[in-house]
Amino acid sequence: MPFIPHTEAEAREMLDTLGLSSMEELFAEIPECIRAKPLEKVPEGLSEMELMRLMRERAAQDESGLRSFVGAGAYEHHIPSAVWELATRGEYYSAYTPYQAEASQGTLQTIYEFQTMIAGLTGMEVANASLYDGGTALAEAVLMAVRAHKGKSQKVLVPESVHPAYLRVARTFCGAQGVTLESVPFQEASGTVDPERLGGDDNEYAALVVPQPNFFGRLEAVEELAAWAKARGALVIAVVNPTALALLTPPAEWGADIAVGEGQPLGLPMSSGGPYLGLMATTKKLVRQMPGRLVARTVDTDGKEGFSLTLQAREQHIRRAKAKSNICTNQGLAMTAATIYMSLVGEEGLKQVAGMSHTNTRRLVEKLTAIDGVERRFDGPFFHEAALRLPRPAAEVGGALLDRGVLGGFDLGREYSDLGDTLLVCATETKTEADLDAFTEALAEVL
Amino acid sequence: MLIFEHSRDERTNKAQLPRGEVALDDLPEAQRRSSALGLPQASEMDVVRHYTRLSQQNFSIDTHFYPLGSCTMKYNPRGANEAAMLPGLLNRHPETPARFSQGIFSVLHELQEMLADICGMHAVSLAPAAGAQGEYAGVAMIRAYHKAHGNHERDEIIVPDSAHGTNPATASMGGFRTVEIRTKPDGDIDLESLEEALSERTAGLMITNPSTLGLFERGIKEIADKVHAAGGLLYYDGANLNAILGKVRPGEMGFDVMHFNLHKTFSTPHGGGGPGAGPVGVSERLLPFAPVPLVARDADGGYFLEYERERPQSIGRMTAFPANIGVLLRAYAYIRMAGREGMERIAEHAVLNSNYLLEKLRPHYQVAFPGRRAMHEFILTLEDLAKSDAHVSAMDVAKRMLDFGVHAPTAYFPLSVPECFLVEPTESEAKEILDHFAGVLAAIREEVDVDPDKIKNAPYTLPVKRLDDVRAAKELDLAWDGERKAAV
Repeated sequence: MPFIPHTEAEAREMLDTLGLSSMEELFAEIPECIRAKPLEKVPEGLSEMELMRLMRERAAQDESGLRSFVGAGAYEHHIPSAVWELATRGEYYSAYTPYQAEASQGTLQTIYEFQTMIAGLTGMEVANASLYDGGTALAEAVLMAVRAHKGKSQKVLVPESVHPAYLRVARTFCGAQGVTLESVPFQEASGTVDPERLGGDDNEYAALVVPQPNFFGRLEAVEELAAWAKARGALVIAVVNPTALALLTPPAEWGADIAVGEGQPLGLPMSSGGPYLGLMATTKKLVRQMPGRLVARTVDTDGKEGFSLTLQAREQHIRRAKAKSNICTNQGLAMTAATIYMSLVGEEGLKQVAGMSHTNTRRLVEKLTAIDGVERRFDGPFFHEAALRLPRPAAEVGGALLDRGVLGGFDLGREYSDLGDTLLVCATETKTEADLDAFTEALAEVL
Repeated sequence: MLIFEHSRDERTNKAQLPRGEVALDDLPEAQRRSSALGLPQASEMDVVRHYTRLSQQNFSIDTHFYPLGSCTMKYNPRGANEAAMLPGLLNRHPETPARFSQGIFSVLHELQEMLADICGMHAVSLAPAAGAQGEYAGVAMIRAYHKAHGNHERDEIIVPDSAHGTNPATASMGGFRTVEIRTKPDGDIDLESLEEALSERTAGLMITNPSTLGLFERGIKEIADKVHAAGGLLYYDGANLNAILGKVRPGEMGFDVMHFNLHKTFSTPHGGGGPGAGPVGVSERLLPFAPVPLVARDADGGYFLEYERERPQSIGRMTAFPANIGVLLRAYAYIRMAGREGMERIAEHAVLNSNYLLEKLRPHYQVAFPGRRAMHEFILTLEDLAKSDAHVSAMDVAKRMLDFGVHAPTAYFPLSVPECFLVEPTESEAKEILDHFAGVLAAIREEVDVDPDKIKNAPYTLPVKRLDDVRAAKELDLAWDGERKAAV
């Protein structure tokens, strides 16, 4: 039941205007030999009521009531009710890319505010209007660094402590352009990169990627890593979590040239993995190398403040084969939701969300490591997420926890062959003491 | 007024503060942040009013006719939104194991199958997060295919001069050189130009059909045969699929690989510029290279996701997690509501609306391809106005239209037609809206002769008048510096 307003009489009248007797004649330019066979896999149309019944049934299948302690790049945070109520207003929801600025001031100003907030969180000078997700943001940052690098190096150093899926995404997008991603191992004991053990000559690498916190929740020696890069003419690409930025030194202060990250924690539901929100910020010096949309504040013919897309000459619709990237949309609606989220929780709220998330994870780690044979896998400070070594394979333990209603974290053995006994756990501000105790009891039973 | 100007130091939105004692003594002092975050502190009502007011400064499908060619701005059903926002689907962590994910995986699996059927391809991967990513996936698959067959010398992608800018940009991101071919005065591809471009270096051809000129490429079979004979593959840009739903399928036209723009064809919201989703359809020979994950079924009928381990030749992952699931759910809901019979009706009414509107505008404006049938969009060229003494450009007319409460068509694209308007009404607009729109454009055409300056200074009735884009680029104010004092 498609959404078509025409009455039979109107359609007839319109065909008459065209001098046609049937709809089929509209398609007369399509050669007969390639006309479509009847569809087989698309069922008959449903009414909205029938659709909702179907979707509720499917959704109910997955409503397990699991208590989740997984982070690993996607985080369960409370989302204020106003966020999506506002973001799904038709004027945001059903608007297009703001190419006609005067008719799109709402979206444009929202983007400008978003850019300001991301610049603020990262400490960087400029941010774009968002990319697809954290992984693609890293891929774009790598390509950007290669374009900007003075020594014209095509090599970028990426620690294994970066989110492994981000690294996979970066590989998907970088190889065809001759860009090489070289791995840097993390230290066995600390789970972080040792700046002393990085080798490389001047201008050998276009950039060094620095995750903070890293995939294991560990804090890297960011200043030393940045200093290593600067001394060798490499750019520094920070991979950050926006919640963590409320409490940790922002990347601009420890020397990042480009900061990227996953914006999902800023008011976006986990939504099974997407749509998420790629964050990217950089310096004024590098802004012309940055991919994606940018909104600038300007004035109209009366001198009144207004907003419009700018530096579009970098973009694919103008530059075509010479564009900085083929990226075409941003994550408009997700960006809108994130801006509203950041406005609603504000300066103090984001600090409290970050602080409570970290505190809850600490409590969880204390409780779990009190169980015999469970210990922290890596030494040193972590933020908001921690790796725990178990006396049995994490995959096995994870399966047993599921039977007790607990989604107990991310099995690191899936990505790191040496960490088959290690579970990455996370407890955000949404977890209660009862949740933490339930996990603890379940783990004690299972082990 | 910016949200930051509503901010006051102690105006904390207490209802959004999680309660509890925070303990940060384990975080090293040197790593702790001392600078401000730069976020506002406003009351919840301030925030709600602010973003409600901002939203009201937007044109949107829900408020205005929005005939953007190539962008397919049709009605976004709210039922699809509600279905996608069901808590069981929305609050699911991407790492939730398959045994707790059968509901959502079954939806995604059906979507894969329905899309494959709709486009006449062998299989579909839902992985790409946007049309541009789908394009990249397609080009990367073409590259991987030739590499797997030892054809390392194939390093060129052929693109018509009317193509979307993403096509050449994607080809170069994929490591290819772009070779442009011409279109003939009647809008079809110039076969001679194609033949000149084809060689043993040809990896593939990227086109959309109907083309961005709003025309069905009548020589498509011949084009496909020529490209295949030269050893190249055919890439279908799904931007204009809405026009041919159920009428002709890319697979039957001879395409090997394609992407869908779900927002265009299956009405997921544009959201002010995303999020989109760009599933890719592939022929059997390209399936091994498709981006992961794919939703598969095991022997017991259970659904699971296939990753690199099951698909070692895959071009890889497009995003960190499986796909833009929220967008896919909306497309699924839309397709299920439209149904099999609805597919053809969508194409028929989109094409009917387009031709009807074209007919209504013919007396007032120059039509770029007057002898051809419009396939859901058509092009007017305003070159005569720009070259006349009035010097009224397509952009001037576009801005003037905003004053009449209709959004402007796509201007200056495709690049091969001077001062062009690409108009696409879609199937969801009623006849009287089309009549009104034609009336507006006719009235503006009259204004050109009477008072051209009025058009050149438009718009007058929107929240702002014409904006200074030169200043925007020159003075580059991309973030608020916080210096302006709040207005009372």
